[in-house]
Amino acid sequence: MRHIRRAQAATVALVLAAALAACGDAGDDDDSGTDVDVAESAADDFDDGTRMRELADSGKVVIGVKVDQPGIGFQGATDDMPSGLDPEMGKILAADLGIAPEDIEWKETISDNREPFIENGEVDLVIASYSITDERRQVVGQAGPYYVTGQQLLVAADSDIESLDDVKGTEVCSVTGSTSLENIEAEGAKPRGFDTYSECVDQVLNGTVDAMTTDGAILLGYAAQNPDQLKVVVEPFSEERYGIGYSLDHPEMCEWITDTLEDAFEDGSWASAFEATLGQSGVETPEPPAMDECPAA
Amino acid sequence: MDDLLAERDLVLQAFWLTIQLAVLSGLCSLAFGTVLAAMRVGPISVLRGAATTYVTLVRNTPLLLMFIFVFVAAPNIGWFVGTPFLVKGVIAVSVYTSAFVCEAVRSGVNAVPLGQAEAARAIGLTFGQTMTSVVLPQAFRAVVPPMASVLIAMTKNTSIAAVFGLAELTFRMRYFANNSADDTTIFLTFALLYVVLVELISAGAIGLERRWRAAR
Repeated sequence: MRHIRRAQAATVALVLAAALAACGDAGDDDDSGTDVDVAESAADDFDDGTRMRELADSGKVVIGVKVDQPGIGFQGATDDMPSGLDPEMGKILAADLGIAPEDIEWKETISDNREPFIENGEVDLVIASYSITDERRQVVGQAGPYYVTGQQLLVAADSDIESLDDVKGTEVCSVTGSTSLENIEAEGAKPRGFDTYSECVDQVLNGTVDAMTTDGAILLGYAAQNPDQLKVVVEPFSEERYGIGYSLDHPEMCEWITDTLEDAFEDGSWASAFEATLGQSGVETPEPPAMDECPAA
Repeated sequence: MDDLLAERDLVLQAFWLTIQLAVLSGLCSLAFGTVLAAMRVGPISVLRGAATTYVTLVRNTPLLLMFIFVFVAAPNIGWFVGTPFLVKGVIAVSVYTSAFVCEAVRSGVNAVPLGQAEAARAIGLTFGQTMTSVVLPQAFRAVVPPMASVLIAMTKNTSIAAVFGLAELTFRMRYFANNSADDTTIFLTFALLYVVLVELISAGAIGLERRWRAAR
């Protein structure tokens, strides 16, 4: 009997704690992104037999995004929708199919499962800081790029590091085993490998290491969270072109993605998506990148 | 394999760092663990309680947690910010291993017949003198095999430092594996380096056992 009561008490305590946690977070959920114009009777815009027609008819699309990269693709424990540049691109594409943002099914993808998810049809699109490479284009389709970034440095706001030459002999953090860490070691920095990007951000914030390095887009996301304490420096010294992954079974999707993004570039919805996400770090909205030609079907 | 040979400096530097981590942590844990054991079997109840609490707390905590505390949590509140990474690694590993060393030494102390300590006290030795010249020398002899196990586990535990800023063997293994299709060779090479290090500890333990057996 006593045990049961103790278990009950523990359950009550847990529920209370969870409720409290939920209360604490409910207030700061103001970055729900931009609004999009959802196309009406969109299905008629697409030819029969295309994947776009199928999706528009079904009124549902599954999009793979990251959930751990602030500004790009991020979903906190109490958020009901991911936020960031990648989900914004997803909303724009879905709107063109006549699918409202709340009808999109978001699926968490990590770097290692993006190709399998596309190949197995678990997701219709992958928009997950997905760099376009020739190796990846062997197995999946990649349209874009919708954003071009490159390796940069995240430093404390009062740091002396301004150029790549300044990193010689300094301690620079990144994820153990990542290419970014190798590149910075080649520049003469002491590599400090950690398990996650957020641990590296902590190391920079508390002054243990001099800088952190990875794709500029990821760094901008962290700088946007702490604009007073962190800044992104150095011209990008590598080129990462973020593309949108689709299945090679549906090559017709490439033209559609490219055209829809071109429209978003022109009507300013791409720029406002950027301003609402990565732009929060204070960086200027860049010119939209030039997109690749789609492979001939 | 060619990658490893071409950049063997990196492999050797990593090996050297793992050796430094293991040797420094080993010495610190042995010293601190022995002091803890003496506290636990000693006559002063405050020290006994403190050492018992330490062992309970630390031995029941995962090593990864210890690393997160020393490398992430502590700097966030201003501790260890300027401390070299190697020192922080040694602190994390030693704090953890000391609890196990303490228990191994204590088992050795308990194996020494009570009459030994009573006789030492009867001829007027203090507790400290009894421990250092009568009980511990006999206790150490009994704990060579378990102590070797503790130190071997510790040596392998240093690999956790790979994700805490130290470019030791496991860190380098991931660096090479990331760049090469030939993962198996890389894995085997680095595994072999750990085996070499651990075999040195085993050999040392066997040597000590042999030497101390003759002296008995």
